[in-house]
Amino acid sequence: MAGSIEHPIALGADREQVSLPLLGSVHEWVVTVDHKRLGMMYIGGGLVFFVIAGLQAATIRLQLAIPEAGIVAPQVFNRLLTVHGTAMVFLVGMPVLTGFLNYLVPLMIGARDLAFPRLNAFGFWLWLFGSLLLYFSYIGGDGLYGAGSAPDVGWFAYAPLTERAFSRGNSTDYWILSILLTSVGSTATAINLLTSIFCMRCEGMTLRKMPVLVWLAAVVSFLMCVALPPLSAAQIMLLLDRFLGAHFFDTQAGGSAILWQHFFWIFGHPEVYILVFPAFAFANEIIPVFSRKVIFGYSVMVAASCAIAIISLSVWAHHMFSVGMAPAGNAFFAASTMLVSVPTGIKIFNWIGTMWGGKIRFRVPMLFSVAFLVQFLIAGLTGIMLGVAPFDWQLTDTYFVVAHFHYVLIGAIIFMIFAAIYYWFPKATGKMLSERLGKWHFWLFLIGFHMTFDTMHFAGMRGMPRRIYTYQPGRGLDTLNLIESVGVIFQAAGVLILLINVIRSIRSGEPAGDDPWDAWTLEWSTSSPPPEYNFATLPVVRSRRPLWDLKHPEDPDWKYE
Amino acid sequence: MMMKRWLLAIAAMMASATLAVANDWGMGDANSKIPPSSIFSPVSTPASDISTLAFFVLAITGAIFLIVGGLIVYSIVRFRARADDDGREPPQVYGSNPIEFAWTTVPIIIVFVLILITARTIYTVQAAARPPGAIAVRVIGHQWWWEFQYPELGIVTANELHVPLSDPKNPTPTFLVLESADVAHSFWVPRLAGKTDVIPNHKNTMWIDPHQAGTFLGQCAEFCGTEHAMMLLRVIVEPRGDFQKWAAAEKQAPVQDASVARGRALFESTACVSCHTIRGTQATGTFGPDLTHLMSRETLGAGVAMNTPEHLKIWVHDPEEMKPGALMPAMNLEQKDLDGLVAYLATLK
Ligand code: HEC
Ligand SMILES: [Cu+2]
Repeated sequence: MAGSIEHPIALGADREQVSLPLLGSVHEWVVTVDHKRLGMMYIGGGLVFFVIAGLQAATIRLQLAIPEAGIVAPQVFNRLLTVHGTAMVFLVGMPVLTGFLNYLVPLMIGARDLAFPRLNAFGFWLWLFGSLLLYFSYIGGDGLYGAGSAPDVGWFAYAPLTERAFSRGNSTDYWILSILLTSVGSTATAINLLTSIFCMRCEGMTLRKMPVLVWLAAVVSFLMCVALPPLSAAQIMLLLDRFLGAHFFDTQAGGSAILWQHFFWIFGHPEVYILVFPAFAFANEIIPVFSRKVIFGYSVMVAASCAIAIISLSVWAHHMFSVGMAPAGNAFFAASTMLVSVPTGIKIFNWIGTMWGGKIRFRVPMLFSVAFLVQFLIAGLTGIMLGVAPFDWQLTDTYFVVAHFHYVLIGAIIFMIFAAIYYWFPKATGKMLSERLGKWHFWLFLIGFHMTFDTMHFAGMRGMPRRIYTYQPGRGLDTLNLIESVGVIFQAAGVLILLINVIRSIRSGEPAGDDPWDAWTLEWSTSSPPPEYNFATLPVVRSRRPLWDLKHPEDPDWKYE
Repeated sequence: MMMKRWLLAIAAMMASATLAVANDWGMGDANSKIPPSSIFSPVSTPASDISTLAFFVLAITGAIFLIVGGLIVYSIVRFRARADDDGREPPQVYGSNPIEFAWTTVPIIIVFVLILITARTIYTVQAAARPPGAIAVRVIGHQWWWEFQYPELGIVTANELHVPLSDPKNPTPTFLVLESADVAHSFWVPRLAGKTDVIPNHKNTMWIDPHQAGTFLGQCAEFCGTEHAMMLLRVIVEPRGDFQKWAAAEKQAPVQDASVARGRALFESTACVSCHTIRGTQATGTFGPDLTHLMSRETLGAGVAMNTPEHLKIWVHDPEEMKPGALMPAMNLEQKDLDGLVAYLATLK
């Protein structure tokens, strides 16, 4: 191959030989429409942003470690908290979770790809472009005026702080466009998943025989289709305000600040479930396999998820208990919020029911899953407290809320993402991750997580609002904040170990084999990593656990389902 | 090895954080004389209603945590795979309708109780009637300070809200109307009441009925821009007599002190007048806090600094030094003028 093209600039023939295969494989990844590659690109990209946004969080905690610290200027701090929040939701949570669904759904339903492979690639590149825009704002946000700046309006960007009068330059526009693009990408993925799930299941897989993960993927996709458009609409209205002199949210010209809040939270609350359902989905696969038992109450589990999805569309104003709604409004949203805890409780009980009577193997994915169970329980209970509207008048916009949603986003979602990484990494690469490093990762991260976020509840109840760049000494907040910051060191060490583990294992990990966990769903029936076409012959299933049926012909599942 | 180096780097950063501590302008000492603003030590009615409700909710959620958490711990201990496991799969249980029914019904009952007591507190707080002796205050949120107007008493002040102690036999609660001059803020004094947002183009109301005298700290709780963190406020609850004395003094125009006439002339001839009001002078600006009785306030700049002549001098010289981003420009006064001006401000008792 080398030397076949005459080039005016003399490139060493040997160098050309080295660079071309690399270029070739990069090219392969760029043009790919394979759901597995796109899934891994989503996850990889999301993890890169996870590290960046995590370092931003570490800077925030450094500034707050002691009162009146001067590590970063107020403006810089406000940008950090805005970009950290926005990135963790749209650049980390969404892509990593949809990445997993992208990877897993076709394998689990016994299909060769998603329904629209090119739409899938389109969604990914749109997401990547949107994501880069958010960080590019650090350079371009101020346009030609000055040094440039990132958005500093908070991740929910309350009006009218985002209007031209209060947000000059282009930082808010970057925020809008970045999220708008990633939302379009997510909607594309959602449509793709829905179509695939409803049209491309293998023979024998009726809706009632789909793995719970696939059910949840469908529910999530439905929520994405319903919840993202209000946000996009509001963002476009804000663009109209900012560039064309509209007055939707411009209070100085009679616009409504509260309208934005409604739009945002009509998106924002379901968004929480969009992020947490995939975490539930992972738990639904991992807990049974490591308990060696079939999931307890399959139909109830699915029904509860659908119930949560539906109810979650009618609870948004619990983010707005302090805006001065009428008592009837407050009571309604308090009631609907607490109602969510019923199906949520059912899920937790069913997971316990799954472990009950099992033979639990505490491999790394299961460790993360058990921590997830306890932490999600706590997050749910603090959620009930926040749903009690008068209690919320005290707690909202404080560190208690910060603690609550980090319990959901980290304690539940990130923990389950870690579990999923340890669980499916062998499938995707054919190599096992080190169990020893995994345990180090687990324990360090667990300790750090609890140091940082348990204490935040108390800071909030002692009057510490969120989003403050500093606090004064003498208010009883110093010790709590110091503990919170020290916890970051443990969490960061945990993540570092994960990265080392991944790199080591890709280089020289133990071979995994097709089915390292002795699991039951279809993805474990193909090779690791699976071939591009997933299955040489499309599978035919008779139950929810086709591999169980194969392994236990004397006692197959389909007899009981 | 890599981790060790990394830890060292973090330690070094922490150490530099300690060095980078800015001046707290006397606020640390002042704050430590005031108990922390815990929502569980209420001194006024809505806060005490909320705290009672909160304890009830904590008891219920605490019990749920113990039971469910206990079940999780029990099952992972009891059903862990043993070393001497025979390798056979455990019995597969696909579910149980009676059990599902039980753990659906019990939570529904608990939720129902919670909804009822929540609704009750919502209505007692939000639908409370206003007694005739109530004090009316108009609160206006500004980026990043608070304006307090007492329309019935003809008083305008900033950042420190004075209210009378309320006697249960003859209650004098304070009713606040909340408005914003710019972006959304939120008025929060944890020991007095829950927070209520302060939203432009939208009037909100709230009330407090304090039953203990003292100074209580609060602050803006809705992100409102650069100095959101330093939009502090304090509420001074004082016995009825003291409150009336304070109100009478605030109503007076400040005493004209001939010895600071030069400072006053300076004040009146600079841009100060376009942003600040001092009654009895040409200064009628409303963009910044009313300075008529500046020296009756304990703090400066919405609680960034104790109100002393030295701090005042630093503030007037360049507010950036205390509150970077504050919407008052540095006036670039010469030292002599600064001294004269601040000497005048120091007489505004
Ligand atoms: C452009 C408008 C503007 C001008 C001009 C201006 N100020 Fe201010 N001033 C403000 C604002 C706004 C604040 C509140 C800042 C904050 O707390 O964030 C303030 C606060 C103050 C305070 C603290 C008040 C308090 O109760 O905390 C003092 C004192 C003060 N100004 C004095 C002056 C003097 C003296 C001048 C003239 C040399 C002046 N200001 C000029 C806008 C202005
Ligand atoms: Cu504010």
